[in-house]
Amino acid sequence: MIRLERVSKRYPGGSEALSELTLTIEKGEMVFLTGHSGAGKSTLLKLLALIERPTRGQVIVNGQNTAKVSRRKIPAYRQRIGMAFQDHKLLLDRTVFDNVALPLVIAGMGRRETARRVRAAIDQVGLLSKEKLLPMTLSTGEQQRVGIARAVVSKPDLLIADEPTGNLDPELSLEIMNLFSRFNEVGVTLLIASHDIELIRHLGRRRISLHEGRLQDDSEAGGEICRAD
Amino acid sequence: MQSRLASRFFGYLLRHLQNLLGALGGLWRQPLASLMTVSVIGIALSMPAGLHLMVENGRALSGGWESTLEWSVYLQPGVSESRAEALAEELRRRPGIDQVTVITADQALDEFRAGSGFSEALELLANNPLPNVLVIQPSASDESAGQTTRLADELERLGDVDLVQLDTAWVQRFHAILDTARRAVTLASIVLALGVLLIVGNTIRLDILNRRQEIEVAKLVGASDAFIRRPFLYHGLWYGIGGGILAVALVQLIGFLLKEPVSRVAGLYGSDYRLLSLAPGEAGLLLLAGAVLGWLGSWIAASRHLRDMDPEF
Repeated sequence: MIRLERVSKRYPGGSEALSELTLTIEKGEMVFLTGHSGAGKSTLLKLLALIERPTRGQVIVNGQNTAKVSRRKIPAYRQRIGMAFQDHKLLLDRTVFDNVALPLVIAGMGRRETARRVRAAIDQVGLLSKEKLLPMTLSTGEQQRVGIARAVVSKPDLLIADEPTGNLDPELSLEIMNLFSRFNEVGVTLLIASHDIELIRHLGRRRISLHEGRLQDDSEAGGEICRAD
Repeated sequence: MQSRLASRFFGYLLRHLQNLLGALGGLWRQPLASLMTVSVIGIALSMPAGLHLMVENGRALSGGWESTLEWSVYLQPGVSESRAEALAEELRRRPGIDQVTVITADQALDEFRAGSGFSEALELLANNPLPNVLVIQPSASDESAGQTTRLADELERLGDVDLVQLDTAWVQRFHAILDTARRAVTLASIVLALGVLLIVGNTIRLDILNRRQEIEVAKLVGASDAFIRRPFLYHGLWYGIGGGILAVALVQLIGFLLKEPVSRVAGLYGSDYRLLSLAPGEAGLLLLAGAVLGWLGSWIAASRHLRDMDPEF
């Protein structure tokens, strides 16, 4: 699903955020991305979302070399990837329903089909009774779930999440991670950046650790941590 | 296949319609700010429209004087009456000339004798000192100053012509002034159109900056620049249409307020002149200009600013 080949990213005037990173994530995997801030987690996700382009190396997502996705084709590319964010990035002047519907409206889906899918997604995150509320009236955990509903509403094959539990207490964090696990069970590939080591260990999934832009550890799901060389 | 294409097309139309109405709703929700923008555009558009109307009124007014715009062509002494008739016949066939009347030397003398009170003195003259005269009326459509002068030159170059005299030189001057005014209106229109572009562009730019977060989110979930630009374009379109409507209303209001005084002045001069107001076509053109400028201004602003607005997380 995701293949990085000797990917380096250097920001203008800055140090190297990623250097010579090579890794593969198979279809259907649920992978955590960890590391200190500045280790390159966000940069890696930005490369996948085509917010940034690699300085060197190749990023291949779903069989598609991202270098070949022109600026004009970025919207279509992003429509096939679900994204969830630490600050959930909801539109505060729109209802839960409208927020979740946004990707489908953008994709030009019909009204009836949109409503059906949006309700299904909101139901999956357990907020069906709150579809008409504005995000500000929801708790932080609920806001995050709305963000996740929006990320999955267009049924993407790949979902990337940047610190989705960064603002949540452990209990809510676990709830969110369980939600992600359920999506994974129906075949969605997930890449979740997080530094909540406790929680990740508890979930026992594959974990990729970055340190100063390089691969530090890559532990297989359920297995012991094995050091990469 | 065909029905799928049709349904996509209708979906596309529907989305545009939603945007169109959504944009109107957006303006409605900020009535004061929208009204200010619309007012500025309306005033800017009403200025060239008002000036244009002034010039048109001047033209209509001077149209009544066309009948008094006559050329007297004095033929050289000794040119015969039959030659004068032949010249008149030749001139009648020219474009730009409506009517040619021949006043023979004898007729002129008779007239002079009857009108001047010098009849007894004239009896003393051995022969008639007056030349034959052609009185020429240019056609009304050739009213611009340049054309009138050209006609005078042509007449002067004719053989046997002694002197060409325009009886109403001031009409010509008036036409020259109208020509200048008309050019000034064109220039003012261009400048004010640029002004409207800037006003709309700046308003849309602020709008875009205010909604930066929303735009970034939309880009993150895969919105194309065209999708994001669309509501702003419709905002601009409504601003322009609103401004156009206001401009038409302003011009008509001014026309209405001037109607009474103008017809009073005209009455004092024994004229039944009525002030012209905007023709439906002209009002439509003003609306169209507003709409096009609004659309274009927002398109320029949106294209410039949306491109740089890349999402972050």
